[in-house]
Amino acid sequence: MSSNKYIRDFPILNQTMNGKPIVYLDNGATTQKPDSVVRAICGYYGGCNANPHRGAYELSVKATDIYESARAKVAKFINAEKPMEIIFTKNATESLNLVAYSYGLNNINVGDEIVLTILEHHSNLVPWQQVAKAKGAILKYIYLDQDGNVNDEEIDSKITEQTKIVALTQVSNVLGLVNDVKKVADKAHSVGAVVVVDGSQSVPHMKVDVKALNVDFFAFSGHKMLAPMGIGVLYGKEKLLEDMTPFLTGGDMIEYVEEQTTTFAELPSKFEAGTQNVGGAAGLSAAIDYIEKIGFDEIERIERELVDYALPRLRELPYIELYGCNSKKSNKTGIVTFNVKDVHPHDVATILDAEGVAIRAGHHCAQPLHRYLGINSTCRASFYLYNSTDDVDRLIEGLKKVRKVMHLDS
Amino acid sequence: MILDDIYTELIAEHSRSPEHRHHIDNPTFTERGHNPSCGDEITLELKVADGKIADASFTGVGCAISQASTDMMIELLKGKSVEETQRLANLFLSMIKGDVTDEAELEDLEDAAALKNIANMPARVKCATLAWHTLNSAINGRKG
Ligand SMILES: Cc1ncc(COP(=O)(O)O)c(C=O)c1O
Ligand SMILES: [Zn+2]
Repeated sequence: MSSNKYIRDFPILNQTMNGKPIVYLDNGATTQKPDSVVRAICGYYGGCNANPHRGAYELSVKATDIYESARAKVAKFINAEKPMEIIFTKNATESLNLVAYSYGLNNINVGDEIVLTILEHHSNLVPWQQVAKAKGAILKYIYLDQDGNVNDEEIDSKITEQTKIVALTQVSNVLGLVNDVKKVADKAHSVGAVVVVDGSQSVPHMKVDVKALNVDFFAFSGHKMLAPMGIGVLYGKEKLLEDMTPFLTGGDMIEYVEEQTTTFAELPSKFEAGTQNVGGAAGLSAAIDYIEKIGFDEIERIERELVDYALPRLRELPYIELYGCNSKKSNKTGIVTFNVKDVHPHDVATILDAEGVAIRAGHHCAQPLHRYLGINSTCRASFYLYNSTDDVDRLIEGLKKVRKVMHLDS
Repeated sequence: MILDDIYTELIAEHSRSPEHRHHIDNPTFTERGHNPSCGDEITLELKVADGKIADASFTGVGCAISQASTDMMIELLKGKSVEETQRLANLFLSMIKGDVTDEAELEDLEDAAALKNIANMPARVKCATLAWHTLNSAINGRKG
């Protein structure tokens, strides 16, 4: 697969960066959008825009239909029991904050434990720190084995009778390894805790079934899965969502408002205060259509091929250090994280930028993980379905220039 | 983007073996600065006596540009009056904004003038200015 047939659907990738055809390898940060998604957003604003729910006229009904059918599509996509278990948010970060504030603050007490993994993105870490601080709870971390996988023994030892919440990512945005969420959920449930899963890096890349995983809450962002920025999802089990207090309050999420009191709307409106991102939901719906048309078997095959092609070529370069690339579990997604010896990731990214190759450099919003691994920051190349082995070649060619530009090798 | 204009020998030299990366005794100011988005971190140590920068040093980790910029700044400021550091800081920041391009005017920045081309690289501006913003916070308090 030296080139890739899906790239046709992404005209944005048909441009140059610093005079070279762009190679976009920052899909972990956000993906590009196919034509069909851009058309769906334009189609909504060009032909169907109205405030859903509030207007008693045909155009508003159209907007409502678009919004609610997107919800139903998302529910089916991750196999939720009911569409009402799907709450639209602006991104995974908001989804996770919703759980932390509306569930965490009301169900955590002094001395209770919240268990996270050291892999977490700040979005699934800082909100829990806030809850722990506010309620006098204890924050505990599950650490990793040598390969960067969650240590199985730690799952058993850290989750105890005092644990009320276990929050973990399904796929690490730094190491790209898939966690055994089902196993953690089973353990959490055995002590009566709820499990909150960050699906930001899994949903775009693999089939997710929230029922089979038996998770209580599941969060992800549209923009990492071909949809526009500004639309995200929180899945929650109906019973849990029913018992929770609203996160934001105001318009659209109420039943009756008196001078002193308010009754709240039913699910899912209870958690969707104010005018929602209907255009974003239309885009997300089109993104799901696009992904389903290609299918996860194919998406996983493409990403695996790219990783299998990249790793030996990177290992050939004596100055490249790889992270999370030795897992024996064959649970790696399309994320390759590395450092160039004696060169800071920023400088690597700048040099690759000059070669037209876009990667991410830094701590990738996972400072505790980097500290745990004993590194300051890393470079990350993350693939998606439109990347090709040509892109990997361009990455490797760029990397070969890095040390020379830095005056380290002649 | 011409990489050779940015990653010059001079900058490589300052970043690889920074002369001023160490601690000093009894600093008057110890100020931390970092770029949260990318992870450059420096701690600037300044000793001020009689209105002058009597001694200065730094520790930290980060990209070549942030580390070289810090080293070059310290090199430049040692022995200068605090007032003069403020003038040079303004000059450096104006250079990075692309407001001052006159070679003669930039001569006052000595080695630090080598970062002039960062003006064309918005993604790296913060790396170059980190040391100078940290200096400003040390001297003027947080608002700098
Ligand atoms: C694992 C993980 N969680 C959460 C997020 C946050 O996503 P967003 O910024 O869209 O809320 C990201 C994206 O950077 C991520 O990779
Ligand atoms: Zn930097």
